[in-house]
Amino acid sequence: MAGNTLYGAGTGASRQYYLYRKGIEWLAWIGMLFCTGVTVFILLMILGYVLYQGASYINWEFLTALPLPAGETGGGIANALVGSAMVVVVATLMAVPIGVGAAIFVNEFPSAQLGRFVRFLAEVLTGVPSIVVGLFAYALVVRPLGSFSGLSGSVAYAFIMIPIILITAHEAFRLVPVSLREASLALGIPKWRTILWVVLPVSSRALLTGVVLAIARALGEAAPMLFTAFGNPFWNLNLKKPIATVPLLIYTYATGPYEDWHRKAWAASFVLLMVVLVTSVLTRVFLRGKSNE
Amino acid sequence: MSKEGYAVEGRQRDIDFHLPGNQPEMTPDETRLRVEELRAYYGKSLAVNNVTLSIKTKKVTAIIGPSGCGKSTFIRCLNRMHEVTPGARVEGKVLLDGGDLYGSGIDPVEVRRRVGMVFQKPNPFPTMSIYDNVAAGFKLNGSRDRRIIEDKVEKSLKMAALWEEVRSDLHKPGTSLSGGQQQRLCIARALAVDPEVLLMDEPCSALDPIATAKIEELIHELKDTVTIVIVTHNMQQAARVSDYTAFFYLGELVEFGATGDIFTTPEKRQTEDYITGRFG
Repeated sequence: MAGNTLYGAGTGASRQYYLYRKGIEWLAWIGMLFCTGVTVFILLMILGYVLYQGASYINWEFLTALPLPAGETGGGIANALVGSAMVVVVATLMAVPIGVGAAIFVNEFPSAQLGRFVRFLAEVLTGVPSIVVGLFAYALVVRPLGSFSGLSGSVAYAFIMIPIILITAHEAFRLVPVSLREASLALGIPKWRTILWVVLPVSSRALLTGVVLAIARALGEAAPMLFTAFGNPFWNLNLKKPIATVPLLIYTYATGPYEDWHRKAWAASFVLLMVVLVTSVLTRVFLRGKSNE
Repeated sequence: MSKEGYAVEGRQRDIDFHLPGNQPEMTPDETRLRVEELRAYYGKSLAVNNVTLSIKTKKVTAIIGPSGCGKSTFIRCLNRMHEVTPGARVEGKVLLDGGDLYGSGIDPVEVRRRVGMVFQKPNPFPTMSIYDNVAAGFKLNGSRDRRIIEDKVEKSLKMAALWEEVRSDLHKPGTSLSGGQQQRLCIARALAVDPEVLLMDEPCSALDPIATAKIEELIHELKDTVTIVIVTHNMQQAARVSDYTAFFYLGELVEFGATGDIFTTPEKRQTEDYITGRFG
């Protein structure tokens, strides 16, 4: 109120200055509201548009049938769903031990220059364009093996997942109280067992969150699949052969000439979006339930 | 003051009981741990300066002194826990039954099995049951036999005076216990490894008076089996539980002797000032 009598209730120059400042405040507020609105609008638009374009096409056949030859309507994306799942599972099996192992090193040997450098590298690695990661996996796996393959796709995904897992795992380990570590060491439990028995179980929830985050990120990437998994219109459960994945299928269908393909690309996008959303929501609910125990 | 006077008096009688006059066949206390010219650093700052003292077998030695005087750092040097802190370093010797804990080729893991530790705040492993908490250290000594482990868990919990309270809840999480029970669980966990020396770093500072009394009672019983070194900022506690007392100030050992002597006839002015509450 004191402010009001000083500036607001005054006359002349001070009154004008007060109104000017009020005006600025109002403009700034409108500006921020607009930015927030745009952010929320974009998110809702993506969700809504994908839902609008894709949901109507979703049916049992779409989820369980194989793609039909180009131009024919009907058919589904079952091979891409299974392919994506296989490639991501193998990628996770590769990325989790490496990411968590490196995080343990970075956390347990903080005095080592190398540890801090590795953490820095991981942060840089999260910013590497995924198409570059795909090219690298091509050179590393596809060329030596002589063919595109699901396996090379897994390697590309693993490269994307490792830095994410490393960073989240490192943050998780940092939150484990020193007192627990010391309790274990003081019992004459060697350091490696302390990490395995005490540090890992205590941070398991946060670790799981990191892994899910990494999986969700990888699941949607099409670029690293272009020169690796390559895509495949048929059933294939052999990871040494080219395999279909959902983001790749979306890319192919969306850029294809047929109207039906465009519809299928939307429907597949909807499925992908749903899988990622449901996974993250379920993980959150599961973790919250656990922490309430 | 009068309360402290009582405690000191009680202790004094105990000490008299051990005097050669009363028991002529009594031999002088044997030394379990001999600390020689110990210096402990955090980076460049010196936390413990040139401490030399002997810790007697199956006796309770209390370390007292104002906050920041290096008493916690000192006992962390006795089982090589000090060096766990990044940048921390130790010079000097700690001889356990004559062998230097800091000798070359000595594995700190081995040292910590022989010299156990209980911390200021109860720290049971949150992901483990009461049973697994106690078994955690013991399992490492190789035995995988369920019966042996079960026996050991029961025996350790009994030694820590916790068995009756938890015998039907062994598979509940260790963190479900009250603070005092958790601290006794930590003591049981440390005892399960069969240490020769048990270090206690202000084990009662996070506990209420009743839980504190239980721990003190426990210390009295435990000294028949293990040598105990206890850090405490509570002088009455030192007077009640210990046979020997070391007074630390600014990282140096000011005075060390039988608890009765330290509390009734301290030699140094600083000791007297501290125990009479004039500073600290």
